[in-house]
Amino acid sequence: MDFTLTDDRVMLQDMLRRFLRENYDHEKRRALLARGEAFDHAIWGQLAELGIPGALFTEAQGGFAGAGFDIALVFEELGRAGVIEPLLSSAVLGGGLLAALGDDSQNAMVAEVITGEALLAFAHTEPGARYDLSAVRATAKATTTDGIVLSGTKTHVLGGAEAQTLIVSAREAGADHDREGISLFLLPAATAGVTVAQHVTIDGFSAATVTLADVVVPPSARLGAAGAAYDAIETVTARATLAVSAEALGAMESAKAMTISYLKERQQFGRPIGKFQALQHRMADVLTEVEQARSAVVNLAGHLEAPRALRERNVSATKNLIGRVGALVAEEAVQLHGGIGMTDEYALSHFVRRIVMIDHLFGDVDHHLERFIQLGQEAA
Amino acid sequence: MDLNYTPAQQAFRTEVRDFLATALPKRLSDKVRLGKRLSKAEMEEWHAILNARGWLAPNWPAAYGGAEWDAVQRQIFEEEACLAHAPRVVPFGLMMLAPVLLAFGSEAQKQHYLPRILNGDDWWCQGYSEPGAGSDLASVRTRAVRDGSHFVVNGQKTWTTLGQHANWIFCLVRTDPDCKPQAGISFLLIDMDSPGVKLRPITLIDGEAEVNEVFFDDVRVPVENLVGEENKGWTYAKYLLTHERTNIAGVGFSNAALTTLKRVAAATMSGGRPLAENPHFAARMAQVEIDLMAMRTTNLRVVSAAARGQAPGAESSMLKVKGTQIRQELTSLLRRAAGPDALPFLPEYLDGGDNQITDLPDHAPATAPGYFNMRKLSIFGGSNEIQRGIITKAILEL
Repeated sequence: MDFTLTDDRVMLQDMLRRFLRENYDHEKRRALLARGEAFDHAIWGQLAELGIPGALFTEAQGGFAGAGFDIALVFEELGRAGVIEPLLSSAVLGGGLLAALGDDSQNAMVAEVITGEALLAFAHTEPGARYDLSAVRATAKATTTDGIVLSGTKTHVLGGAEAQTLIVSAREAGADHDREGISLFLLPAATAGVTVAQHVTIDGFSAATVTLADVVVPPSARLGAAGAAYDAIETVTARATLAVSAEALGAMESAKAMTISYLKERQQFGRPIGKFQALQHRMADVLTEVEQARSAVVNLAGHLEAPRALRERNVSATKNLIGRVGALVAEEAVQLHGGIGMTDEYALSHFVRRIVMIDHLFGDVDHHLERFIQLGQEAA
Repeated sequence: MDLNYTPAQQAFRTEVRDFLATALPKRLSDKVRLGKRLSKAEMEEWHAILNARGWLAPNWPAAYGGAEWDAVQRQIFEEEACLAHAPRVVPFGLMMLAPVLLAFGSEAQKQHYLPRILNGDDWWCQGYSEPGAGSDLASVRTRAVRDGSHFVVNGQKTWTTLGQHANWIFCLVRTDPDCKPQAGISFLLIDMDSPGVKLRPITLIDGEAEVNEVFFDDVRVPVENLVGEENKGWTYAKYLLTHERTNIAGVGFSNAALTTLKRVAAATMSGGRPLAENPHFAARMAQVEIDLMAMRTTNLRVVSAAARGQAPGAESSMLKVKGTQIRQELTSLLRRAAGPDALPFLPEYLDGGDNQITDLPDHAPATAPGYFNMRKLSIFGGSNEIQRGIITKAILEL
């Protein structure tokens, strides 16, 4: 039982926090988004130089850390600073799938993900699938000429427009919602028949809709065995859920700190508004629930390598709690700030948007509550 | 970062579990499991069993007969004892008075009172609250006026838990009325058999007289019964709040209540299926379980910091607020799970008699009293509103 960080992790945390504090600027981020850019390439290069993508992979995969607590500490800092650079999409999801399923030649790209040269994206979710990982209707059909034809539509592909290479899920066997029969394919975005339509998300990220119109790939594009990708998709989704939960925690810490400052500074009726008990008690609940959110992140980080049933139980428990606490913290931060908390100009609104919209990634409060119940019944 | 217990801690857990399996009489654990009320003799019986093993005073120094457990060990014992349905240890002498005596009492007081607490010679109760001093504890008015070698005490205490069993009471009394409220309070030990002490039970919402009013009418108390210095009692009372609250989250209680709730919800049929499969009930049950999973870790984070010597501050208040919300939700769900079987009020059964109603499940009669009783959690020990004030005060510094 030890809730302290190792010296290595303390160094990583200090380094990343200091770098982001000194280099990650809210105004710059706003201007960049206003220009329609997906992210800051200079910052991306610096994060890679600092080794941040490498912290998300194990030594065997070519990184230097890669445990649950490493992912948690990196993403908490990213959330604290409001970072939009594509660590989740390219490293955790794309690189994570490659490292889990790829053969030696496919795996070579992990090194480029770690250096930041290659950008990957995971094209999985389909229209109407919501949070069901097995809802794959895109098809992969073998042709007579030793090729595989991919067809279908993928939505909400994080970082999809910036990625040179997509990892696409498609069904080789079985029916919609079957866990068996789903395969993954490495697909250069420039392949004939691939259309990538970019859009922005309300919390400042770049996403895309990917259409596959009879796209032909060689069998060597398949990651792992045919039709057997579901477990890897679920496992990498668990890692991504930890990442966004920790990111939400970091964003909550920033929203909390801004709200505390505001309660001290903002004068109304001749005194700081933090003197009013009605506001103090609401803030007390925010502070208490943020500690619960931190414990939930610790729980998932500590169980990321556990057997599937225990791991997924913690995935759903943590994501449910993060969603509930996130909504509380976001809504209370806006309310305690008043009107200023709703302006785009003020950084708080960006943290609030991210905290709330993380509930829409990898399963929301309701999805994970229902799933937690189901997992409990399966275990009983 | 490591969520696993050390081998030594795991071995300790096994030792505790083995001890409970052999030393805890089934007669007692059956009563606790069903939410029945323990008699004074039964509580004393459990104290004596723990004392024989050297485990009655986990936080005392070994020199005074304590076990010298660290905060993690205490948490492990609490979890195991709750899961085994052991009676809870009556805390007033062991956990509340003793730490004050150890920190501020004279050597003579320690030598006299501490062994008597361990051996069950004395039963202590707490004389803090008054009719006009609830959450605003510093406004105590019970007066103690020096008269030669005695204090003469006049006034009234209330909400005195299990005072009906007690022969001693530790009191906050006003010794100086002419200064700011916190400054004129002293910490006084009073023999309940002294002339002028009267006790009146208060029957509560659950039908049980768990608490009492205690009246003091010209009660003469020897000056050697003063703990520490005169007019420093507020400091001693506050010392307890920051140093002895590792169990405030009630995680052990909640673990046991959740286990019971799941068992009951799976066994209770509702509309042709187990109650556990009613989506509304299942959702509330799952949500409190998820909150409890995080609470266990929040509690351990505070406990392990305490084991490293950091005194918890606002964290204690957070544990209290969230911990009591979880406990109250669990007792609420237990009551609802019983359905109409929660309605019969059976005090004789709760005191240990037989279940006289045909087909009434054994667990049902205690669910409504348990729910009503647990409303106290967010009121006593500094109401949850007081705790919220402490939490923000520590951070806002306004």
